[in-house]
Amino acid sequence: MASTVDKILASRAFWRGVVSIVVFVILWEIGARSKQWMAPDAFAPLRELLGAIGLKKDYLPWIGAVPAPSAVLEAWAVVLGQAGYWQSWYMSLLRVAGGFIAAMLVGIPFGLLLAVSRTAHGIGFPVFEVLRPIPPLAWVPASIIFWPTQELSITFVTFLGAFFTIVINVVGGAKSIDVRYFQAAQSMGSSNWDIFRRVILPGTLPSIMVGSAVGMGITWEVVVAAEMISGGGSQQSGAGGGLGFFIWSSYVGGSYEQIVVGMISIGIAGFASSELLRRLGKYVTPWLRAR
Amino acid sequence: MDRRVTGSTAVTRGHISIDDVVKIYDAQGAAVMAVDHCSLEIEAGEICMIVGPSGCGKTTLLNAIAGFHAITSGRIEMDGETLCSSERPKATPGPDRIVVFQNGALFPWKTNLENVIFGPVMQGKLERAQAIDKGRAMMADAGLAGVELNYPGEVSSGMRRRVEIVRALMNDPKALLLDEPYRALDSLTKSVMHEALLEIYYKNKVTIFFITHDLEEAIFLGHKVVIMTTRPCRPKKVLTVDIPHPRDYGVLTSKRFRELIEETNAAVHEEALKAFQAGEKEG
Repeated sequence: MASTVDKILASRAFWRGVVSIVVFVILWEIGARSKQWMAPDAFAPLRELLGAIGLKKDYLPWIGAVPAPSAVLEAWAVVLGQAGYWQSWYMSLLRVAGGFIAAMLVGIPFGLLLAVSRTAHGIGFPVFEVLRPIPPLAWVPASIIFWPTQELSITFVTFLGAFFTIVINVVGGAKSIDVRYFQAAQSMGSSNWDIFRRVILPGTLPSIMVGSAVGMGITWEVVVAAEMISGGGSQQSGAGGGLGFFIWSSYVGGSYEQIVVGMISIGIAGFASSELLRRLGKYVTPWLRAR
Repeated sequence: MDRRVTGSTAVTRGHISIDDVVKIYDAQGAAVMAVDHCSLEIEAGEICMIVGPSGCGKTTLLNAIAGFHAITSGRIEMDGETLCSSERPKATPGPDRIVVFQNGALFPWKTNLENVIFGPVMQGKLERAQAIDKGRAMMADAGLAGVELNYPGEVSSGMRRRVEIVRALMNDPKALLLDEPYRALDSLTKSVMHEALLEIYYKNKVTIFFITHDLEEAIFLGHKVVIMTTRPCRPKKVLTVDIPHPRDYGVLTSKRFRELIEETNAAVHEEALKAFQAGEKEG
């Protein structure tokens, strides 16, 4: 265990990443504080220039309007102690996990069925292809009508975000398995079920993992937007609406620092779930590590 | 049941008889003849080398024997049993005829040992534990000790090819069908593989139907070398290689070997030239 940590600390890539994040935060702090350091007369020409091209005169464009990282950290420290913030995490995670797991449970068998059965492909694929281009967010109003609770409708939209991507990857992966593997398995006495279990399933696994990783990214995009549109199913207290609703209510309440706290929280959540999937992927497809 | 015991005695199974086989591909209405009234006898336990230019239709013949593709007319028999004929144009693939593919078809998601025991376990001929014992022994015999638990992607291409031949032999086949198995290997690895194949063959006598476009490889390995015409494919010249087995790499520099090369080189070159010109016409 210690040796893994040592290895990471010794790696150039790790330190490059650390430096890049630190530099990013410093530049952001400087930019966000431009209103203060641009006040002296020495910067008058710069202010005139900004004004001349039609921008706000008092601070650097765009970045100057953003809360500084120090202020964001301060706001973060405050919300860390509030149950509502953690409730937001919990609700969003629940919806992403629910929608994503449902998408895997339905999408993987459905994709395999489309890949192995010409009949199923003939019946199922046209409908699938018509529904696939509809953006998940376009489903939000219909979903609210379909499902009895707000919770279910948001989870359903999240499900759609991952479902189509997973199915397309499973079908593509299963169809691209080399015909030689089927011929070899057949020669060596495999039944159709053996071929499915020992050739199609493992042969599709890498594509399943790729589809899942991409699908996971989409579920975070979708859940946040769905929470913003639907009000996140919040109770009267305003807590429990998910991270998307957390951002939205911060905006409505005028707390710009909290908006950024919400954004970074989603970034962390998305990164953590992708990393989890990457690890899972490596674990279930050990033969790809050999490449 | 140990094959190595029976290996020294005469082989009595794996006689393949190809009788007047025709294969016509119907590609978008334009009929293309790939195999043209081809007749050929391959004796039990013989190494029969099929030589012809790329795309001449020799793989079509192999696929017909293996049962991957149908024939148009004719008949292929093995030990007197019909594999395919005009009435039943597609043979059923089975463990008595195992193909070793041009680019290899080891399952990349299985370890080498799991690949090797695949056949007997699938067919229910051996329990898993017995299959593992036999697989390990055969791999050790083929110089593959130590890579049992590696994935095929983790070993060299030469080793992969040997693992695949061991996987084929684990099915106790009557015939091995090899489709240019060493094409992708460099010439040094190739020469090692040739000796390794012969060594495996001397221990497990089976009929070998070996497709290649390399005349030296054909004469070095084969009891019989069949030179095919370019598309449509038909035997042009059948050469019996009278260099006694067991052979090793010393054969390559022997006088008789060079004589046989000279004897057949012209025929091979003529077909290669025809294939080249046909290709130019099409282009």
